[in-house]
Amino acid sequence: MNLKRIRAIAKKEFKHLFRDIRMLLILLLFPVFLLGIFGYAVNFDVHHIKIVVYDEENSSISKEFINSLTKSTYFDLVGYINNDSQIREILDGKKAQSVVVIPKNFSKDFYSKQETKIQFLIDGVDGNTANIIQFYSTAATQSLNAKLTTEVLSRAGTKSFVPIDLRPIFWFNPDLKSTRFFIPGLIAMILIITAAVSVSLSLVREKERGTIEQINVSSIKSSELLIGKTLPYVLLALVNAAMILIAGYILFDVVVKGSYPLLFLSTLIFLIASTSIGILVSVVSDSQQVAFSIATMVTMLPSFILSGFVFPIESMPAIIQVITNITPAKFFINVLRAIVLRGVGVFAIWDQLLYLILYASILLGAAILIYSKKEAKS
Amino acid sequence: MNSIEVKNLTKKFGDFVSVDNISFNVKQAEIFGFLGANGAGKSTTIRMLCGILEPTFGDAVVGGHSVAKSPDSVKQNIGYMSQRFSLYNDMAVGENLEFFGGVYGLSNQKLNERKKWVLKIANLEGKENLLTGSLPGGIKQRLALGAAVIHQPDIVFLDEPTSGVDPISRRNFWELINELSSEGITVFVTTHYLEEAEFCNNIILIDAGRLIAEGNPKQLKTDYLKNSIYEIESDKVIEALELLEKQNFVVETSIFGNNIHISVEEKVNDLSRINKLCEEGGITIKRINKIVPTLEDVFIHLLGNEKIL
Repeated sequence: MNLKRIRAIAKKEFKHLFRDIRMLLILLLFPVFLLGIFGYAVNFDVHHIKIVVYDEENSSISKEFINSLTKSTYFDLVGYINNDSQIREILDGKKAQSVVVIPKNFSKDFYSKQETKIQFLIDGVDGNTANIIQFYSTAATQSLNAKLTTEVLSRAGTKSFVPIDLRPIFWFNPDLKSTRFFIPGLIAMILIITAAVSVSLSLVREKERGTIEQINVSSIKSSELLIGKTLPYVLLALVNAAMILIAGYILFDVVVKGSYPLLFLSTLIFLIASTSIGILVSVVSDSQQVAFSIATMVTMLPSFILSGFVFPIESMPAIIQVITNITPAKFFINVLRAIVLRGVGVFAIWDQLLYLILYASILLGAAILIYSKKEAKS
Repeated sequence: MNSIEVKNLTKKFGDFVSVDNISFNVKQAEIFGFLGANGAGKSTTIRMLCGILEPTFGDAVVGGHSVAKSPDSVKQNIGYMSQRFSLYNDMAVGENLEFFGGVYGLSNQKLNERKKWVLKIANLEGKENLLTGSLPGGIKQRLALGAAVIHQPDIVFLDEPTSGVDPISRRNFWELINELSSEGITVFVTTHYLEEAEFCNNIILIDAGRLIAEGNPKQLKTDYLKNSIYEIESDKVIEALELLEKQNFVVETSIFGNNIHISVEEKVNDLSRINKLCEEGGITIKRINKIVPTLEDVFIHLLGNEKIL
């Protein structure tokens, strides 16, 4: 291993990078842009659910219930209807996501201590949102229940008593903000794409232009070449990671709870795994277009769908859970959530880091094997 | 002293024999021409001699090191320039030279010294900040050669260095090759231009992976071509060619510009039959004379007409 040669390669690669300022700016700003999009637009927190009320009774209790719903930011009242044939029209026309039906003798039944019903008709097309609406409406109804029970009982001269007062407390992400949960996944996805794509392109470019031949006949070793070629992109990706964290802090109050050195070390290991994908891609592709398509495909989709970024791995079928191991993003997201959100130490994540190292070794081994086979044939 | 010694060098790709048991020697500081049609095995041979490709059988000692046993030592002592321009167009001239100097691990002092030398031979003194992509073809070629020998190797391999370069630049390039050779560097060169091959001290010709001729240009012309070559100038070139091809005493025919070259069996000395034949066919012969064969005549004879270099 000769440092002089590695430096020569890395220096040249930096020159390519800085010569193309537009590309450099895209590489640096794109992650922050993505963060903005994910942070603001792709938000799984459900607020401002549009509801339409069909109040057949129009009593003080029914009004109070509706008020209690619309007081929160969860529900927005967009209108009233006065016959049930309109319900279909409202839901079909997507004028509201839910219709609340309060029956005619709601308060009468209630005060005569008969069971009464409130109906929530929910648009179930978006299952996730529908679930959340159901959760909110149940909670709203329950709190009304508790309140009214107290009232009724006190009228009868009895003190109310609720046997179990359930108070769940969410640790690590107390207000259940999905942005906080997304940022680790986003960092992983952006880093894996930029690292794999830029490294594979920079290696294939040499092949395409024939300059690799000139490097091959020199006495440089493949390891020196690969380290020199990947080093600038790893540094660039580290800058990217820092920028996402800073933007995450400024825009969404995401603070790193754990140790920065550990975060840095883990990111470096993840980047080695990601660049090994790029190296493997560069070995099998002969043109920049092919390399770009393969590299984006093998990094983007798995790191989005299979990594646990958006969809929890635990709720996937067993076979898919096995397949999730094809993306190193899975392990890195575990690590990031642990360090950034929970603030744990290396003892809780060492196995994930080990997986990442194993992953990188397997891919680099495969790349060397395929490369030497191809060389012997050409 | 030999700077390259090739012994029974063979390369097989599966069942296909690309280089078939070739042996030859290259003396120090000579310009050695390596000729053959496309697909004859030239590039494969060069790749083996440069230590990039492992031979299936046999070996070659290049600059004192075995390509089979210590390819890395071979690489440190050779320079290589391919037919494809392999410098970085998006970098400045100086940056390219610094890069290749760095790849060979030159010290800063050595690098500066060699950079000056390359800039001089490429006629680029004081222009090291120019973008390499903006240079004209001939200058690029000289710069590429300079970059290939920036680490002062004893041997340099040039794989079709002048393909796609205009004739004047080609001539200048060969002057540079002569200069390198006079400084003691062995130049191993492949080319498709046979007039360039005439400049070589020694030549080998390979066909289908086999060595079929070797020697200096003069030897090749006398040793391999026993027949006499005549150059014929006539008013109807194609008709004359068709007519002469049919004659038994004519061994080979080929067109050179407006003239026809025919190779005739040695025992035939009577040229009047040719004149007579042509007159009967309505063709006027303006000139006919015996010529010293060119290398092209030799190779057409050796390879057959269907394989044009």
